[in-house]
Amino acid sequence: MLRMVHHDDHHGGHDDHAHHDAGPMKLYGFWIYILSDLMLFASIFATFAVLRNSYAGGVTGKEIFELPYVATETAALLLSSITYGFAIIGMYKGSKSQVINWLLVTFVFGAIFIGMEVNEFHHLIVEGHGPDKSAFLSAFFTLVGTHGLHVTSGLIWMATMIALVAQKGLTPANKTRLLCLSLFWHFLDIVWICVFTVVYLLGVM
Amino acid sequence: MFGKLTLDAIPYHEPILVVTFILAALGGLAVFGAITYFGKWKYLWTEWLTTVDHKKIGVMYIVVALIMLFRGFSDAVMMRTQLAIAQGSNAGFLPPHHYDQVFTAHGVIMILFMAMPMMVGLMNIVVPLQIGARDVAFPFLNAVSFWLFAVGAVLINLSWFGGEFAQEGWLAYPPLSGLAYSPGVGVDYWIWSIQIAGIGTLLTGVNFFVTIMKMRAPGMTLMRMPVFVWTILCTNILIIAAFPVLTVTIALLTLDRYLGMHFFTNELGGNQMMYVNLIWVWGHPEVYILILPAFGIFSEVVSTFSKKRLFGYTSLVWATAVITILSFVVWLHHFFTMGAGADVNAFFGIATMIISIPTGLKIFNWLFTMFRGRIEFSPSIVWTIGFLITFTIGGMTGVLLAVPGADFVLHNSLFLIAHFHNVIIGGVVFGYLAGFAYWFPKSFGFKLNEKIGKSAAYCWIIGFFVAFVPLYILGFMGMTRRLNHYDNPAWQPLLVVAFVGMLIIGLGIAFQFLQLLVSYKQRNQNLDVTGDPWNGRTLEWSTSSPPPFYNFAVIPTVKSLDDFWRSKEEGTADVRPTKYADIHMPKNTGVGVVVGAFSFVFGFALIWQIWWLAAVGLVAMVVTIIIRSYDDSTDYYVPAAEVERIENLHIQAKAKQGQNHVQ
Repeated sequence: MLRMVHHDDHHGGHDDHAHHDAGPMKLYGFWIYILSDLMLFASIFATFAVLRNSYAGGVTGKEIFELPYVATETAALLLSSITYGFAIIGMYKGSKSQVINWLLVTFVFGAIFIGMEVNEFHHLIVEGHGPDKSAFLSAFFTLVGTHGLHVTSGLIWMATMIALVAQKGLTPANKTRLLCLSLFWHFLDIVWICVFTVVYLLGVM
Repeated sequence: MFGKLTLDAIPYHEPILVVTFILAALGGLAVFGAITYFGKWKYLWTEWLTTVDHKKIGVMYIVVALIMLFRGFSDAVMMRTQLAIAQGSNAGFLPPHHYDQVFTAHGVIMILFMAMPMMVGLMNIVVPLQIGARDVAFPFLNAVSFWLFAVGAVLINLSWFGGEFAQEGWLAYPPLSGLAYSPGVGVDYWIWSIQIAGIGTLLTGVNFFVTIMKMRAPGMTLMRMPVFVWTILCTNILIIAAFPVLTVTIALLTLDRYLGMHFFTNELGGNQMMYVNLIWVWGHPEVYILILPAFGIFSEVVSTFSKKRLFGYTSLVWATAVITILSFVVWLHHFFTMGAGADVNAFFGIATMIISIPTGLKIFNWLFTMFRGRIEFSPSIVWTIGFLITFTIGGMTGVLLAVPGADFVLHNSLFLIAHFHNVIIGGVVFGYLAGFAYWFPKSFGFKLNEKIGKSAAYCWIIGFFVAFVPLYILGFMGMTRRLNHYDNPAWQPLLVVAFVGMLIIGLGIAFQFLQLLVSYKQRNQNLDVTGDPWNGRTLEWSTSSPPPFYNFAVIPTVKSLDDFWRSKEEGTADVRPTKYADIHMPKNTGVGVVVGAFSFVFGFALIWQIWWLAAVGLVAMVVTIIIRSYDDSTDYYVPAAEVERIENLHIQAKAKQGQNHVQ
């Protein structure tokens, strides 16, 4: 494996060695960043696992989670992954408008997800189940909120990409960025599936 | 409007701090004045602050590291002086409130703001040169990393003159570091300086991992990489895997302190031992993040100055890989007394003892490399021999501490302090200073004064033993760490001996700075025109000293381990290329400094809870990065003619030197 990955982007003349902005290397670097982000989520998941029963006399997951609501949220995020995939297909076809349109659709789905999550948080805090009420709630808000912050950064990035593609077209630099964002977006989807399972499904059992 | 920040934050009632502040301010003014007087602001900005050249970024890291060494050592001077006198009725000169900040700052600064930047600096300077690359994978990101790190260093030093620093020990265990017991801003300074610098380190880890995996010269397979590159690769894997855990741990503590959450509090289900586990899941790999590159440096030094190929290259590489993996399964030995039970303690005790096997193996690699070699006693080799002796002793006391039963007795005592200083000074510091002396000519084009360099090394080695052997004994006598006063007359003589040891180490540090001054004055006698002052073996010695900004006019093709040595033996090292080609390079940019400046605003505002200002800092950082993504001209081509001109200068200088030698 280690041997395979090395040098696969060294093509021919080393003197033009167009290294730093070479797309494949950026994508590779982004994979490595994703690995470190995975460690970040792993630590928070571990924390949640330790504290998931520390209700401190307060509410339990079973009492506050509304599965149908969260399932709708989940559907929005999963659909946004598919629509992002369509944007990438458009990118490979070289169709600027297809990329922009699908990114807009993805953005809307992502925004729905975030909106629903903020609403859920708001609702819980108003009901008196804020993150300062028990260790379980602290861990819950932090795990779900960290994912939410990631999605929000993804949305800011996506808005930037829509503007960049609209103004500069599908340049090599923009294509690399779209692929990196694609990795990031699908990665967040996978993390969400774990959140949905570990926090919500196991929480109501 | 200004959150918790008021004029009371300025500690004008503490004479020690006021004097320090005046000295620091005078020093700052002197530097500022000197730069203005000599008209160097433009040079500083265009050549250094905005640079994306890994060699210059590396130098900047090391400059910060040396300043922080001075700062961290000042803390040590205060502690040793306090303990030499504060017995019985004598309270010494440091009240507990101040003393606690001093030992906390000493630990944080020495590990995160002295050792880390020294390591990152050396790796910046050396790794691209050793793998035959013109740059790192992401030069701009590298500059951002440096500035984030620098902001962390600035914040931690600012704490002295604006507020206070943490008093909870270098890892800030809760609940002591929670809001209930530490309501001041000390812990917040700790949090944000480490958090911001830590993100810089994480980005560095990703950057250098990709650099090593993707940018090696053609023919340099993994098993032809210099050992230093191997150790840096493993260190970066550890950074990528461990630093996110640190980020999370500190973030959770932050949430406890800022939003009233209950991860580590005493009430409502908080769990303090989870903090201790999490922080050491980062903390133990961190130890290896520091020591592995030092092992790499010793390997380079030993084989160069013994004029031999490294003994057992393959075994050393595998030992490094094994340590990398094992470093993640020993963290619990930092708190055997937590009460995890006999089985858990036994597992971690045994794992800890196992990790000493690959480490011990390396000692034999270096010894056998020296065996029947033609050892040249340069300062680097003096550091190395000092390391071999010192580190072996430290390793053995470590194995002793790995026995849970023994640890219950020695835990939290000065024995432990002596142990980890033994491995960190004997391993990390000696290693980095050996590397400093070894690669200095490569960076600046002249050698350091060897006589003063050796004096520094001998002072450090002797000073270390005089300062820390008493602490081993005091540990057995029952003296615990973090005391600022004691009532046992039997301890005092040993603490006075330790004080003397500190003075000898201080002499070593003074020699180190003197060496820089003297060597700079005598630079014309010690010029390195060939680029290969030590008769080196690896690629960094095949280019000029200092290397041109593009490192290699023609990217070398590697055929074996120690490829430069091979090409010297085959007589192909000096063959001129028939023609040069245009070279693609990144442009300098001020965006790194700007992002750093905004991260400072962000961190400072969060420490003092000035929310609007924190928002401004964060938005400004994001906007700066977005604006940067609109910039399409981030790189350029150096024309072949320019490359040829620069190369000719080097070749002429070398030829001239050759003639002088013949005469």
